[in-house]
Amino acid sequence: MASAEAVSDIAIETRQVNLWYGTFQALFDVDLQIPRGRITSMIGPSGCGKTTFLRSVNRINERLGYVRTTGSIEVLGYDIYAPDVELVQVRKRIGMVFQRPNPLPLSIRDNVVFGYRVHSGRRKIPQTELDELVESALRQVLLWDTVKDRLDRQATELSLEEQQKLCIARLLPVKPAVLLMDEPCSALDPKGTEAVEELIWQLRGDYTILIVTHNMAQARRASEECIFMLLGKVVEHAPTDEIFVTPRNQETADYIEGRYG
Amino acid sequence: MPQASPRGGDAIDRRNLDWYIDKGVQVLVFIGGVSGILFVISIFVFITKEGLGFLTEQFSIGEFFGSPRWAPTSSHNPTYGALALIAGTASVTGLAMVIAVPFSLGAAIFIGEFATGKPREYLKVLVELLAAIPSVVWGFIGLSIMNPLIIKLFNVPVGLNVLNSGFILGLMAAPIMTTIAEDALKAVPDTYREAAEALGATRWQVILRVVIPAAKPGLLAAVLLGVGRGFGETMAVLMASGHSINLPTSVFDSVRALTATIAAELGETAVGSDHYRALFTLGIFLFVVTFVINLTADLVVRGIRRK
Repeated sequence: MASAEAVSDIAIETRQVNLWYGTFQALFDVDLQIPRGRITSMIGPSGCGKTTFLRSVNRINERLGYVRTTGSIEVLGYDIYAPDVELVQVRKRIGMVFQRPNPLPLSIRDNVVFGYRVHSGRRKIPQTELDELVESALRQVLLWDTVKDRLDRQATELSLEEQQKLCIARLLPVKPAVLLMDEPCSALDPKGTEAVEELIWQLRGDYTILIVTHNMAQARRASEECIFMLLGKVVEHAPTDEIFVTPRNQETADYIEGRYG
Repeated sequence: MPQASPRGGDAIDRRNLDWYIDKGVQVLVFIGGVSGILFVISIFVFITKEGLGFLTEQFSIGEFFGSPRWAPTSSHNPTYGALALIAGTASVTGLAMVIAVPFSLGAAIFIGEFATGKPREYLKVLVELLAAIPSVVWGFIGLSIMNPLIIKLFNVPVGLNVLNSGFILGLMAAPIMTTIAEDALKAVPDTYREAAEALGATRWQVILRVVIPAAKPGLLAAVLLGVGRGFGETMAVLMASGHSINLPTSVFDSVRALTATIAAELGETAVGSDHYRALFTLGIFLFVVTFVINLTADLVVRGIRRK
């Protein structure tokens, strides 16, 4: 286990991550250092392993049952693949936003505090504490004013954009360090995309954000660092300004110019 | 033969064999679909017609629902109190549900949420196999295995009682309830589970706080259909309940069920006699109760699905 000093600017550090779905190898020797408190985007054509990588950072991949991972992923100095790691603790530190907004079939209020309740154990949480958490989380995602009068309505009644914001809001009360986002805007219209991107941009600094996107323009305008993946390998990792203007690698350049993908 | 059209090819109104097959199948399917409704209506009409004479002439609500004396064969003073029979059916069904609900919901949760791969497939097949066991076999188990067991375990004179028949009925209803409850759990989108797990919920928290609330209408329907099954079951209850008219005060009392009464007595009555008509009145009552239960189950499922 690394000491706290050693991880001061690196939030996620992976070493030689290989991953198989059954016999199919989806990731090859992924070595990455993802900086703390910044937005890092992952781009690459479909099937390049970017979502797979994202889903192995909170180990949600393992739900499938036939996934095998080797190598190590350290998040804030803790190897989350160590044998004595508790998944619940991993997921408390690492929140995830999915491609399709997936609010739970509960009220808006219960969605926001679901994670908090789960991590509070048997403790009875005072109502005022819950109310404050709900308000501050919804304010942070710029949703408070629209939903404050209908907190007890089903979350599934909201528009897709609002649902996705809610899915971000419900991560905040648990105070995660890392937010993983798997194409968070792909189900939204341009207006919703803009709103959610703006929100993500505002959250940087407080959280380390790793965002997978299909949309190169989005990576360009909404991230500070960018990782280009191809066929399960990391091809290039550089500041976003550099990778889009002066890519070092020919494959990156071809992808960015739209010659394939 | 149809004429070739002046513009070449077949005439525009030509009907080939496929057209007739299509029409024929449409008619057949229509008959099949409507027959279900026709059968239900005609059964109801038949039962009502047979029981109506009793309902309009001798029937008294007070006696039927209030008196435990069912003595239709008494030569000087026949009485038709169904209270003991209703209590018999209700007590047996009630006990059956107490046994079957936790078992079947537990089994459904295990099959739907925990078991994977081969064990899961085997379990599903086995549960469905359990549902296919004829009720007379269950009655036989009640009569020849449960009966001496209860006498020995609890030191009671008779082992054919509410406990025996309720237990047997519970085992009979559990497979159906399990299957329906499992379908309800499976209908909960996996994205809910994934979302809750990603928020750090444990497997049990996911089930308790997300999956079960989302599947609640389906689970409720499963329980209601189990109740309906319990109400309507005849043979096993007839064999295991002791078949004696009784207002039960403990699970060791023998009782008689509505269905068992009809099954046992109808063959011995003269068609059209008061006794015969009274049995049909029991039939009407059973029909209405099971109809309401099934309808409620259906509405519960539908209502939530629309939402």
